[in-house]
Amino acid sequence: MSTELEQRPGGQHRSDEPDAVIKVRDLRVAFGEKVIMDGLNLDVFRGEILGFVGGSGQGKSVLTRTILGLVRKSRGTIEVFGEDIDHLDQAAKRTLERRFGVMFQQGALFSALSVKQNIQVPMREYLKLSPALLDEMAMLKLEMVGLPPDAADKAPSELSGGMIKRAALARALALDPEIVFLDEPTSGLDPIGAAEFDELIMTLKHTLGLTVFMVTHDLDSLYSACDRIAALADKRVIAVGTLETMLASDHPWLKAYFGGQRARARLPSGH
Amino acid sequence: MAGRGAAAERISLRIMASLDSAEPQAVFRDDAGTLAVVLAGSWSADRAPRVEELAHEIGERIAKVSRATLDLSAVVRLDTLGAYVLSRLKTQRAEAGGAIEFVSQKPEHTVLLAEVDVHDCSVVPTVRHFGIVNVLVNIGKAVVRFGRDMVGGAMFLGEVVVGSLGVVLGPRKFRGPSLVNQIELIAFNGAPIIMLISFLVGCIVAQQGIFQLQQFGATVFVVNLTGILILRELSVLLTSIMIAGRSGSAFTAEIGSMKMREEIDALRVMGLDPIEVLVVPRILALIISLPILTFISAMAGLTGAGLVAWLYGGIGMDTFLARLQSVITWKHFAVGLIKAPFMAFVIGLIASIEGLAVKGSAESLGRQVTASVVKSIFMVIVVDGLFAMFFASIEF
Repeated sequence: MSTELEQRPGGQHRSDEPDAVIKVRDLRVAFGEKVIMDGLNLDVFRGEILGFVGGSGQGKSVLTRTILGLVRKSRGTIEVFGEDIDHLDQAAKRTLERRFGVMFQQGALFSALSVKQNIQVPMREYLKLSPALLDEMAMLKLEMVGLPPDAADKAPSELSGGMIKRAALARALALDPEIVFLDEPTSGLDPIGAAEFDELIMTLKHTLGLTVFMVTHDLDSLYSACDRIAALADKRVIAVGTLETMLASDHPWLKAYFGGQRARARLPSGH
Repeated sequence: MAGRGAAAERISLRIMASLDSAEPQAVFRDDAGTLAVVLAGSWSADRAPRVEELAHEIGERIAKVSRATLDLSAVVRLDTLGAYVLSRLKTQRAEAGGAIEFVSQKPEHTVLLAEVDVHDCSVVPTVRHFGIVNVLVNIGKAVVRFGRDMVGGAMFLGEVVVGSLGVVLGPRKFRGPSLVNQIELIAFNGAPIIMLISFLVGCIVAQQGIFQLQQFGATVFVVNLTGILILRELSVLLTSIMIAGRSGSAFTAEIGSMKMREEIDALRVMGLDPIEVLVVPRILALIISLPILTFISAMAGLTGAGLVAWLYGGIGMDTFLARLQSVITWKHFAVGLIKAPFMAFVIGLIASIEGLAVKGSAESLGRQVTASVVKSIFMVIVVDGLFAMFFASIEF
């Protein structure tokens, strides 16, 4: 699965080798005395959906936040699109951030703005659109994530949990990003809603050529949506690869994670 | 067909050769009744102004012919915005009875065009009323809201009374530590700023009084003026307004943020009455603290007045105190202190009601805190006016 490359619309890249859009090397992150990550390596390839698993409090979200520059690292390098993020000036960083879309766990929609205005925030900031097109583009993004048009003028507090997730995804997609970070996108959704969300992410990956970095606990998402899985334990990535690799691993945490009652019930036949 | 394709290819090659930047471009070519439009460059969001302009131009040119083709072979980059603009052209043309065909697009463009194609993204304009209708609607809404506030306030008053009765009848439910904690926050921490403000206002009133009374040679009456004014009105009003701003807003924010995070509901399902747990201790703490603060405020105010009378009016401290003793009866002193617990009750009640009225968003919390302070100060002044009439009629 990992060698299967999706061609991004308009992208110039064409190669048989996987092209790592995010390359993390020897990363160390510590909060005071407490070391969260030490010697962590990870590659995210273009056009894949990478599922990132790990126990609670192991620092899954911290890694995402470190890549996004929200948390400081004490050692190591992070390369995004082949550029070391430490060596970028302010302007280059801005340009880079435009190629990211982030969906936070609680949505992080601005509560003072309507859903439509939320989606338009990055568009207003970075693009020069006529007011009519600005509205239409916001409606298009809403439609793409499967929200009804009447959700546009609602306040975030009027939305259900699933709708908040979708609206947050629409905002993350506002600038047609190349990499989308999803922090537990299906948590708090019912199984049907979660399955729909997985399908939505896969559709968007195909149509928009997205690379998706997904922190998740949802075993169904791992089985159905993710091309590769990376597992975080003992302050580093202990295994990365397809589901088969995960199942074949000897690491006790992985054995417990994928060998538990809940996991076995979902195993594809043959395992 | 083959000839047209080759022609388009030649044009697109020429465009690509001349194309250094990725600026979006469109070249028009009339081909036996069919308008061939060759698109090139980057049709993406960062080139939005040019993309819109070109789309408009293409739309106008296409409107004159029955059939048109859009050749996407030389498009370097196409994103959702570019795809949407092109697909909107096609839809609009189809509605007008014409036809547009996309040709030689890359496979990923086909997928993207299909994704944005089905969507109807026209924005439904919202209906707005203007002028007199709007004014009337707003007045009506305000009246209804005022009525609801009154009814809601009365109902809440009942709940608080029931909650307090519960505490009185079952002292086991009395939350001592919570009460002491609140008294510390309200009275102890609030005392310095209230003393300072009262002191300054005492100084100012005395200075103005002396300045005006000098003209009649009645400087010494400034003692009557400041004594009665501070004890009867100023101390309790200043304290109430400060407490409404300081502690009332804090109550609303505390209770409101608990409401936002469903903590109030959590209390309810545990069988705890939020009124009893959160509201009663706070209101009780206010009722105990406000008379204390009013007394402190009065003393600070009189100190300020005495100081100014001495330094500015030439009235010695012993004269000031002797005169104060003769004109101020216990009645004046009592009037201020009697009013204080009622003010405390009004502030506590409004702060709690507004806190419990908070809805899901942080914005609503901010709105409710503002409403709490404004309503508290307004009601404090109204209640003070009622007391003034009451005391005047019983000649107290």
